[in-house]
Amino acid sequence: MEGLSRRELGRAALAATAALTVPATARAQTAPSGPPIRIGYSMSLSGGLAGNGRPALLAHRIWAEDVNAKGGLLGRPVQLVHYDDQSSGAQVPGIYTKLIDVDKVDLVVSGYATAIIAPAMPVVMQRNMAFVSLFGTGVNADFKYDRYFSINPAGSQVKETFAKGFFDIAMAMDPKPRTVAIVNLDSDFHQRTAESARFLAQQNKLRVVYDRAYPPSTVDFGPIIRSVQAARPDIVYVGSYPPDTAGLLRAASELRANFAMFGGPMIGPHITAQKLQLGPILNNLVVWDVYAPEPTLQFPGTQALIERYQPLAAKENTDALGFYVPPLAYAQMQVLEQSVARVGRIDQAALAADMHANAFDTVIGPLRFDALGEWAEERNIYTQYQGVQGNGIEQFRKPGTQVILYPPRYKSGELRKPYTAGA
Amino acid sequence: MDPDLALLLNGIVSGLLLGGLYAAAAAGLSVSFGMLDIVNIAHPAFMVLGALVVALLWAATGLDPLLLSILLAPAFWAAGAGLYVVYHHFFERRGDEAIQGLAFFFGVMFIIEVGLVLAVGPEQHFADAAYASTTWRLGEIDLPLRMLVPAAVALAAIGGLALFLRRTFTGRAIAAVAQDREALRLLAIDPVRIKRLAFGISIAFAGLAGGALVVVQPVDAWSGHVFIGRVFAIVIMGGLSSLGGCVLAALAFGVLENVTASFFGPSWSPAVAFGCLLLVLAVRPQGLFGRVA
Repeated sequence: MEGLSRRELGRAALAATAALTVPATARAQTAPSGPPIRIGYSMSLSGGLAGNGRPALLAHRIWAEDVNAKGGLLGRPVQLVHYDDQSSGAQVPGIYTKLIDVDKVDLVVSGYATAIIAPAMPVVMQRNMAFVSLFGTGVNADFKYDRYFSINPAGSQVKETFAKGFFDIAMAMDPKPRTVAIVNLDSDFHQRTAESARFLAQQNKLRVVYDRAYPPSTVDFGPIIRSVQAARPDIVYVGSYPPDTAGLLRAASELRANFAMFGGPMIGPHITAQKLQLGPILNNLVVWDVYAPEPTLQFPGTQALIERYQPLAAKENTDALGFYVPPLAYAQMQVLEQSVARVGRIDQAALAADMHANAFDTVIGPLRFDALGEWAEERNIYTQYQGVQGNGIEQFRKPGTQVILYPPRYKSGELRKPYTAGA
Repeated sequence: MDPDLALLLNGIVSGLLLGGLYAAAAAGLSVSFGMLDIVNIAHPAFMVLGALVVALLWAATGLDPLLLSILLAPAFWAAGAGLYVVYHHFFERRGDEAIQGLAFFFGVMFIIEVGLVLAVGPEQHFADAAYASTTWRLGEIDLPLRMLVPAAVALAAIGGLALFLRRTFTGRAIAAVAQDREALRLLAIDPVRIKRLAFGISIAFAGLAGGALVVVQPVDAWSGHVFIGRVFAIVIMGGLSSLGGCVLAALAFGVLENVTASFFGPSWSPAVAFGCLLLVLAVRPQGLFGRVA
């Protein structure tokens, strides 16, 4: 204390007193300390899944900043440890082995999508780690791992519920449809969604007049649309990924498609670049989604997250609007955060028990897990693009451009028909 | 018209248009792989590079994507010629081109793909040509200009290349280098210079094919993977060094794929197309228009 004046000593004493009188939680909010809690995962930063992997990582980084700014987790800073899996499932087991055995991470979560989550499962299960996944569909149906938790609104009854919204909307039309065409990409996710469509078509006594899958290498989608037209279905259920979605919708436009209802899990317009590319071709398309900027689907923190995400996304040249993956990626980390905070220590068994037992408040709303780790209450949302004019981005930020048709509790608009691919 | 007949005719016509795109993608490879014996597995990656550069320039200038790809051809030629210099210096000159050369082009492919992700991001990019949303109709036959114009431009460019190879001294030298490079030396022609020129042409065609591709569909850094198997199959089916054979094989591939997709489902398309390749090779191992060695 040499050289400290009386005035300075007084200031130091005041500061010390203030520090002691501030509640412990408030102190923790200002300065996380100790060794970081390390959260490890693979993420697709290159390869075909990177278009959604990079926005997911950006949302994770925003979450880490938020948590550290609030004093960390259990008073310790959080640190993200991630490796690029190059969108290849073959890379994933090695990455998780390194994360757990070499990097000694405290917690693990998954990267984006079923194709990346499934290869991580054996490694994670072998080490008995709790595992919160992102956009996995039916991954745990075979593993039945009791420490698996899924951030995906599809729920565990995919066959019974995934396409329910689409068919409920269709069956409410006047006149009711009598025939359906089912087109899907030959992939794990879309096989499951097409199975749901077949099941629900049967339940609704709809005759399936076209039911074919296409391989990922398809370049020209004209023959598919033409064959669907030849089958004369009332409604068309399509499961596709972004490059195919663009091809299918372009072909539908060129061939003057006209169906009472057209859409399904057509992943593509979820990505901003494709929204802008397709523009008015999207009008009246009914699309499965997880979020739309409608007033009926707002939860505490959703809008704030998107407002923080968008300027960062512009800087990092990733998905501009961030409506699809970022809210769910942020929620993935919130589940981990809330569970660790409740348990009070890093204990994988206790964390899993906590996640099974409790509900979570997230930026995508409250959620609870069932025995398989899927959402206890599925929340498949079916939206419809309406009134899209030109290819500007601003219209997609506003309510009313992508209205919610299903489920009824989030409904924000009425179905418009038919789908004419922008004609 | 009978619906099945309309479906068949549309399948054939749309297959021919698709074949035009395949021909654009395969023509350059027919020069490098078929004539120069350089297994350039990175050829589709160069096509995607061309597509993404065109997409960026289209966004900046609004010029027609196919026009942009033609304007970019000299730059792609220069890049190809430069790449050949490296390949020749490190592999071909030493006689290591068989396996190590293949590994080299694998490396080039990955560098292009990762470089594109770093430069333009992993998202899909597109270029909307002014005619892309127009479809001509001839009775029951649909002719979407999104497919027709790239196919027509590609076939015209391939026709020009065929004329160049057949009518000019340099063109004949390129055809000759495929057969006997030492004989070329006896005519005081430097085979390395000729191969450099020809490899540049093959990459310029990859750039041109990129312009055609980005009109047809949105493109990301990995879009070339879909074409690797197809373009090699087309070049082999056509008869390696035969440009005409390459075009016919490409058109046949397109028609087989689309007619199969129309009547038996798109899942069968690749199986039928590649099955026909095997059939052709069983009957004519040298390909449709190849010469027996």
